[in-house]
Amino acid sequence: MNQQLLSRLASALTSGQVRVIDLTNTLSPEFPVIVLPPEFGQCMTFRMEEVSRYNENGPAWYWNNISMNEHTGTHFDAPAHWVTGKDLPSNTVDAIPAQNFVAPVVVIDISTESAADADFVVTRDFLENWEKKNGPIPLRHWIALRTDWHKRVGTPEYLNLQEDGAHSPGPDAGAVEFMVHERDCVGLAVETVGTDAGQAFHFNPPLPAHSILHGNNRFGLQCLTNLDKLPTFGAMIVACPLKIEGGSGSPLRVIALVDGEDA
Amino acid sequence: MTAPLTPPKRKDPLVRTRAGHVPPELRSHAARAMAVRAGQGRFVLQVCDRCAGVTYPPRDCCPRCWGELSWKDQARGAVVMAETTVRATIDLFFREHLPWRIGSVRLDAGPMAIVHLHGDVKQGDRVRMELRLDRGGAPALFALPEKETPNMADDAQLREFSADPKFRRVLVTDGRSPIGQVVAEALLKSGAQTVFLGNAEPLMRYPGQDHIEAIDGIEPVALNLVHTRSCQELAAQMGGRIDIIVNTAAFARQGGVGFGGKLTDLQTGLDIEVMGLMRLAQAFAPAMSGRSDDGVNSAVAFVDIVSVHGLTGKTGYAGSAASAAARLSLIASLRGEIAKAGIRVMTVLTGPVDDEWHQNVPLPKTAPEQIAKAVIETLVKGQETICAGDIARDVLSRWQSDPLLTIREENQ
Repeated sequence: MNQQLLSRLASALTSGQVRVIDLTNTLSPEFPVIVLPPEFGQCMTFRMEEVSRYNENGPAWYWNNISMNEHTGTHFDAPAHWVTGKDLPSNTVDAIPAQNFVAPVVVIDISTESAADADFVVTRDFLENWEKKNGPIPLRHWIALRTDWHKRVGTPEYLNLQEDGAHSPGPDAGAVEFMVHERDCVGLAVETVGTDAGQAFHFNPPLPAHSILHGNNRFGLQCLTNLDKLPTFGAMIVACPLKIEGGSGSPLRVIALVDGEDA
Repeated sequence: MTAPLTPPKRKDPLVRTRAGHVPPELRSHAARAMAVRAGQGRFVLQVCDRCAGVTYPPRDCCPRCWGELSWKDQARGAVVMAETTVRATIDLFFREHLPWRIGSVRLDAGPMAIVHLHGDVKQGDRVRMELRLDRGGAPALFALPEKETPNMADDAQLREFSADPKFRRVLVTDGRSPIGQVVAEALLKSGAQTVFLGNAEPLMRYPGQDHIEAIDGIEPVALNLVHTRSCQELAAQMGGRIDIIVNTAAFARQGGVGFGGKLTDLQTGLDIEVMGLMRLAQAFAPAMSGRSDDGVNSAVAFVDIVSVHGLTGKTGYAGSAASAAARLSLIASLRGEIAKAGIRVMTVLTGPVDDEWHQNVPLPKTAPEQIAKAVIETLVKGQETICAGDIARDVLSRWQSDPLLTIREENQ
């Protein structure tokens, strides 16, 4: 049966009936990382030093040394990233069962609301209303918030750092509790630099997405792109973080499989 | 009176840029010892420990009694006894800068000396002597008018013994910091034509941005010293028209070695200050080296602003001092490499800067304005090492007299 299923998938991939959408931003030194108050340790941007490029350091080969934070670029947050998830079993990227890395996704489009209000907050009420219009959020899905924030990459409006902090959309505690406990989400997938809203430090409790998701062994995917190319239901996300020993997260290539008709 | 310098015209693209030569090097141990002191802006001559005679040029022992010689600061006065103008030479450097005036002076300190003459100086004049470095780093005596004369700094011969920012184009590497901004403004006030002001994070605002970027002559450029490609891209665009680099990049953080130090701070500090310096040098030194004799706005200098505690280490700022030490080491090597091409490398030593990263350090601290003043002074005088503020002067002078004691004092 499984063989039949996978060979049908293989055929669909070959024929284009299933298409692959890249949800990953390019890792480059310019790609913004989350900015914390300067007295805290900072997230390192992507850095690259050429080892050789068909030259005296390696006449026939080209390669680079790279360095970055675990949370640089399009990246995965493991439960251990947050203090609420510190004591959970299998809470680091090397220990998370690989079965979790392939999962379906439901896309909630808040791009209009986010364009009107950079501080748009997704609430439980908003999700319940969304379900009335679109149907229930299925269990064991990634829940993706489409904000079209990826269109701001390369501009100051991506981090949107004002003197009173960052301004970008995200969920409040009620919404995250609903996603985790009533919809059993795999995790929250966003285009912004973090799963939490820019102003979420001032929410009560602070940073509810990080706190509640990771406290319940759920994951985060950040800095995604192309969520606008996914259907509301029916896409499948493949997101495999690097197997970093004890790692709190990892940059990764995130792809989505979509039905050819949806793409 | 010196004719005022006029802004250089744009280059004729069909004319080959004049290759940069350096005056003949003085290779003796004594000449190098004199160069080091000249590089600090001192006016020194050798004095015999036995007969107290003052001697010039530099020698290994007293020409009168064969006694040991020591370097001593001397009175700067002199009288021009004779002058002449060199109109032909086989030396590749001077050949491109003829005619060249030299003369003999009677130094107040005693000896007669052959010296370079400022254009406003003539036979019989009392003059003020300076010990200057030529573009290759060799020491030479230069006679200046005793009193300031109009446009004195514009003298063609004197410009060869300085790295005056007037009409030059300067890259200030970190314009996001108060130091970078104050230095940039000081350079413009000193006549720099343009200051390219580096910004490591062009998408993020910074304090003072509106003010500094609105100033005529300031041109913001993207430059992030931790990203090799960023350095390479700016050099590819601007390398051919940057005459002076002032590296204001700094990353000072509190912390010890075994206690209270953060490895991530050390990593970032080394990346910005040490690897950043090498990235900057590798990106810009080749283009600058090809333009060391390119007229009024020739490439002249690479200035690095670095903590004096690189010489000693520092309790409470151990990692930052380690970065500074590595930076001083790289700068010393760069100085030797690039002197052959006629580019000067200058070090501005600072104490703890009066900024947000030294909030817990008691006064006195080094103000950004003191650093800017030192940058201008070292450029105008063509010095190699200058101290910004009293703390740097104090630490350097103690280190020069007793390095190990100073290291101990600064780490307790």
